[in-house]
Amino acid sequence: MPKRDDIKHVLVIGSGPIVIGQACEFDYSGTQACRVLREEGLRVSLVNSNPATIMTDPEFADATYIEPITPDFVEKVIAAERPDAILATLGGQTALNTAVALHERGVLEKYNVELIGADIDAIQRGEDRQKFKDIVAQIGAETPRSRVCHSMDEVRDTVAELGLPVVIRPSFTMGGLGSGMAHTAAELERLASTGLTESPVTEVLIEESVLGWKEYELELMRDKHDNVVVICSIENIDPMGVHTGDSVTVAPAMTLTDREFQVMRNVGIDVLRAVGVDTGGCNIQFAINPANGRMVVIEMNPRVSRSSALASKATGFPIAKIAAKLAIGYTLDEIRNDITGETPASFEPTLDYVVVKVPRFAFEKFPGADPTLTTTMKSVGEAMSIGRNFVEALGKALRSMETKAVGFWTTPDPEGTTLDGLLEQLRAGHDGRLYTVERALRLGATVAQVHEASGIDPWFVDQIASLVDLRGELETAPVLDEQLLRRAKRSGLSDRQIAALRPELAGEDGVRSLRHRLGVRPVFKTVDTCAAEFAALTPYHYSAYELDPGAETEVLPQTEKPKVLILGSGPNRIGQGIEFDYSCVHAAMALRAAGYETVMVNCNPETVSTDYDTSDRLYFEPLTFEDVLEVVHSEQASGTVVGVIVQLGGQTPLGLAQRLADVGVPIVGTPPSAIHLAEDRGAFGEVLTSAGLPAPKFGTATSFAGAKRIADEIGYPVLVRPSYVLGGRGMEIVYDEQTLAGYIKRATEVSPEHPVLVDRFLDDAIEIDVDALCDGTEVYLGGVMEHIEEAGIHSGDSACALPPITLGRTDMEAVRRSTEAIAFGVGVLGLLNVQYALKDDVLYVLEANPRASRTVPFVSKATAAPLAKAAARIMLGATIAELRAEGMLPATGDGALLPPGAPVAVKEAVLPFHRFRTPEGQGVDSLLGPEMKSTGEVMGIDVSFGKAFAKSQTASYGSLPTSGRVFVSVANRDKRAMVFPVKRLADFGFEVLATSGTAEVLRRNGIPCTVVRKHFEGEDNIVDLIRDGGVEMVINTPYGNHGPRVDGYEIRTAAVSRDIPCITTIQGAAAAVHGIEALIRDDIGVRPLQALQAALLADWGTEA
Amino acid sequence: MSDTSTRTAAALVLEDGRVFRGEAFGATGTTFGEIVFCTAMTGYQETLTDPSYHRQIVVATAPQIGNTGWNDEDDESGRIWVSGYVVRDPARVPSNWRSTRSLDDALVGQGVVGISGIDTRSLTRHLRERGAMRAGVFSGGDLAEPEAMLQRVREIPAMAGAELAGEVSTDKSYVVPATGERRFRVAALDLGIKSNTPRMLAARGIETHVLPATSSLDDLLAVEADGVFLSNGPGDPATADHAVALTQGVLERRIPLFGICFGNQILGRALGLGTYKLRYGHRGINIPVIDVATRAVAITAQNHGFALEGEPGKDFDTPFGKATVSHYCPNDGCVEGVRALEVPAFSVQYHPEAAAGPHDAANLFDQFVTLMEERVRDNVLPSQVGRPGAGVPLNTEGGK
Repeated sequence: MPKRDDIKHVLVIGSGPIVIGQACEFDYSGTQACRVLREEGLRVSLVNSNPATIMTDPEFADATYIEPITPDFVEKVIAAERPDAILATLGGQTALNTAVALHERGVLEKYNVELIGADIDAIQRGEDRQKFKDIVAQIGAETPRSRVCHSMDEVRDTVAELGLPVVIRPSFTMGGLGSGMAHTAAELERLASTGLTESPVTEVLIEESVLGWKEYELELMRDKHDNVVVICSIENIDPMGVHTGDSVTVAPAMTLTDREFQVMRNVGIDVLRAVGVDTGGCNIQFAINPANGRMVVIEMNPRVSRSSALASKATGFPIAKIAAKLAIGYTLDEIRNDITGETPASFEPTLDYVVVKVPRFAFEKFPGADPTLTTTMKSVGEAMSIGRNFVEALGKALRSMETKAVGFWTTPDPEGTTLDGLLEQLRAGHDGRLYTVERALRLGATVAQVHEASGIDPWFVDQIASLVDLRGELETAPVLDEQLLRRAKRSGLSDRQIAALRPELAGEDGVRSLRHRLGVRPVFKTVDTCAAEFAALTPYHYSAYELDPGAETEVLPQTEKPKVLILGSGPNRIGQGIEFDYSCVHAAMALRAAGYETVMVNCNPETVSTDYDTSDRLYFEPLTFEDVLEVVHSEQASGTVVGVIVQLGGQTPLGLAQRLADVGVPIVGTPPSAIHLAEDRGAFGEVLTSAGLPAPKFGTATSFAGAKRIADEIGYPVLVRPSYVLGGRGMEIVYDEQTLAGYIKRATEVSPEHPVLVDRFLDDAIEIDVDALCDGTEVYLGGVMEHIEEAGIHSGDSACALPPITLGRTDMEAVRRSTEAIAFGVGVLGLLNVQYALKDDVLYVLEANPRASRTVPFVSKATAAPLAKAAARIMLGATIAELRAEGMLPATGDGALLPPGAPVAVKEAVLPFHRFRTPEGQGVDSLLGPEMKSTGEVMGIDVSFGKAFAKSQTASYGSLPTSGRVFVSVANRDKRAMVFPVKRLADFGFEVLATSGTAEVLRRNGIPCTVVRKHFEGEDNIVDLIRDGGVEMVINTPYGNHGPRVDGYEIRTAAVSRDIPCITTIQGAAAAVHGIEALIRDDIGVRPLQALQAALLADWGTEA
Repeated sequence: MSDTSTRTAAALVLEDGRVFRGEAFGATGTTFGEIVFCTAMTGYQETLTDPSYHRQIVVATAPQIGNTGWNDEDDESGRIWVSGYVVRDPARVPSNWRSTRSLDDALVGQGVVGISGIDTRSLTRHLRERGAMRAGVFSGGDLAEPEAMLQRVREIPAMAGAELAGEVSTDKSYVVPATGERRFRVAALDLGIKSNTPRMLAARGIETHVLPATSSLDDLLAVEADGVFLSNGPGDPATADHAVALTQGVLERRIPLFGICFGNQILGRALGLGTYKLRYGHRGINIPVIDVATRAVAITAQNHGFALEGEPGKDFDTPFGKATVSHYCPNDGCVEGVRALEVPAFSVQYHPEAAAGPHDAANLFDQFVTLMEERVRDNVLPSQVGRPGAGVPLNTEGGK
């Protein structure tokens, strides 16, 4: 049966910014979908507000709308494009919710657009908890006993029946937002009321506790002929009670007999059919009582999910790609399995390896947040690994995390660790729980004890116990012979772990030389969907150690084309996310087109880079020195490696550059010595001095005394931070000596090898971010971005505008001059990112990073110049002039010389504050600072700043209000600057609320306002007012570490929990006023990126 | 895995001279058989006790084996049939609420020699390229020089031409009662039947009379069955002349007949089709089968080294009227089912009883029931079975 011929044009809805629970897996799925639909000859329109995605690259759709994913904006896109169908099952919960809203508003009917994949009824059957429970009951399976509640009274009645503990699950939220487990009446009150608020339909499910049960997931696909296949089973090591996104998970399921598995498979298939997902993928979660095997269905997602991305990478079966084909009418047996090239997609992948996924957390970014893992997802990313057994995969996954600990025994045990303490700790889910398991076993706990405390299946506990036993052997063996070393490697131990047990081997390098001398090296196997039953065409590899010295490696020789290795960026974390993956993918595309064979190394299953279609070869491996070196060895053995690219994947590969170069690996682009020049403050200071560029006064210190001396000399406030970090980790603005002392005490734990930097903090400066290319003789300014928040807010958290909105010509010239001086001074070959602060007409250099930055995709889209592609070419020898000549870069000018008619693009950060609570259940502070906290970003692009800003706010936080009440409370130093924007708001008809001090100033300036009580002034204060929904927007600028900050904390967390805009800088307020004005005028339209870029290039005088 | 005290060296020696070194697993000693790989990720207990694996050394492609131990319910027959078991990473401790002992205990208890620590993927790739072949596992004191071991491997008989069904069949007939009210009686010829087959029949109100492979047509007819079932089983179907003749007798009498796996090859041969040995067979629980009539795909459990010749969807003439190749595997076009169009008989190459494996094909038992119902509806009672030509031509519609 061929594809449907009544669908010619499909609108794909993306998932918007990266947030906790919805990350770049939807870029992976959406990109695959767009690619497939276009290959099938369909017109593809796309809407997604996230500029860092590959899918929003203009070549992936016919019309790409970087617009907010709200029903209003998507309706505008539908009106402009008139698609035949909408595919909303590949854009996460955001896309699905938007589709439901469009249906409810009658938009789909009005424009006669069909929802393909899953229709409205199926979406509601899958997502509406009561309907879903009824369906499961109908097919004869069980769900946990429960009731749907719409009010606190109903909640209390239900709990009186079920008894505590209970699980609270709000309907229609993603990543388990707002859900949790209540053990006490107080917890119940708090969680259920939050849950009712978080649910767009004010609905929560109160459910019997299945805490501690075994947890499983199945990924299924169905075609229109009702053929169903199970792509993958996934087992959570953390039992029920920890969100699956926060659990360590394993594929395939490890502890099910065939009988149990087949019952689960049958129920999964029956559920899928009964819910009525017509075509495509879905994911179903199950819990099994370990004592008697009773199985209950927990939930299903009638769409592609994070787990489907994991399952696709784990099995080699591309779920999203196949789902897109099924949506337009193909059946599974008509679709070819890419990997074998011969067999059809109507089969179930079988694995001859074990896959482990470990979540990556960022609690260090949110002081006060409760790190206990619950049913609300808190992790910001994940790494996956593939090994030939569980322990090998686990070891690889743990060392992929980019945390201080890189596997067992790589950090000292915490002081005062006792067995009883560890067992107690194991009772609740926490980051690093498996480390706790290992410590407990090592201190003498039995498998049964650990199982009892943690609920982790004894099989998994015993696997870790096998590593404890192996550790004993490794420590006591008189010599490390080949056989023992092989067994250690086969159990997933890294050279570094072995070195920790055998001090006489002189560290990791010593273990490696011994290992190589004994010929103990990994072989590379292939992910082939079929356990080697059929030959695989796709070079998707992973390393494994075998006992057999003659074990075969499956990497085929390739000697015709020169090979380039691209090192990816590892798990997403705050400060290093999808933007770096974007650049790596672009390098692969550009170099492939230029005739190189591209080889990707990465361990993040969510990404486009780890799609086997992206590069010529894919190695799914940890990005540690040891693992990368073995990949390089494998590639050198099978052909000629002309270069390894380290500057596109963020700090992770950059950190490996020097060591790789030291052992002779050819690093292309900016050499490691130049990287050092930019990253070492002393060396960089000399570059600046010799170029005559000013920088804020600074010094480096290794002790409090040293830091104090520097701070006294340059004056408070000072910005303190450890060197060599990304995302402003551990960075703080310090106003006094006491705080400085406290900081130094903590900072030494952040990064012991590197000193602390103490900088003069430039109050009230404008921060400027520049992305540039340098080929050694010419510098191309990709884009000059002006931050909307002042310096001091991390650039990743600050909104910014491109082209800059307030910079004059002389400022731009200074930016160009300085950037060129730095690029040449450092010796950049490829990309460079520089941050400046402009204060009193002096352009200070804050820092320079000789690598791709977070803003590369944003700049590339806003200026129609693919910076990462150009950088990759430059690294392999192309010049900017050549790239201009071949049309990759504009023939003349650059991103600092945009034509006057260029659109304005605004980038806004998306912050995860509402995900976190203190252990007492209070919100965490949403105040911005020098340490990055955002998980993602959106882009608003339009003809004017106001419109673009309004779009950016709509895309990130819902929307700016156009009427109602605004609460204003600002620090004294901001009072003058506040008058004008607040006056405008009053003129627009907003009622202005203010605390007494601020009100006084406003009234004196002729702005009518209502005084409200401060938080500590008793009943009916501003915090109550916000919580009750009586305020539409908050402008609150705090200062210092003193009084107003505390009040501000309550105000800001209340605003965050109500999901209303909360503006914490005066510049942000001014921008918001621009945006509100644009919204009130209501003339904001939508335009595809292709049209915007074509117009820009035409203005620039080049061909599109 | 890391307990040195129990580590005993072992070797797997293939007929073509390749040797894989590993550690003893299960019983220590020597074993021989045809080496085949199975790609199932679950159900090793069912696999090991499946009589179709008689005289075969099975390689598990799934690396972690034994995790759920061994229980008292999942055996597919009275014993472990595989002649040897090759795995990569056996579990140190089993974990499952039904488990009563470890896999290792079960293997040792039944004297089954295994080997662990093997690069099973390299081995599978080797077998994929070179085909199933004879092999031996030698461990502990039985380890010898490679040449000596190889010579012993080359002395064992090949699978082609092996008649094994008689070796695995029951000696005496026995009855598995229907669950609830008895609706039909079926005579099942035991060529290596698995426990789950009578269980599936019983669930449909069928009383199953399991008969030895050596039973005569008269023995079969004496059961006065509403239908005849041909089970799975080991060996080369070209040697199964007795079963083929028996089947032809059943076809002549228009008694509804259903065959699976080896039974499919028997029915095919009875209808005049040839059989051949596949290079490395189909052994797994993820194998797609397309029903020619409906185009529906079933994911099936399979375990066969031989297959029927034939072209999917093509009708052919037989002594019993027209027949058709009703099912095939889209991976390689292999015949997966045949159906007689003028007598009530059909069979599939896969395992609808699915233990281990997915239950997609369970409806085939219902189709068998339908054949028997039609026969009853048309007043052809079991007592009339003896009269050739009774009954009416069948509806040719297959599928679900």
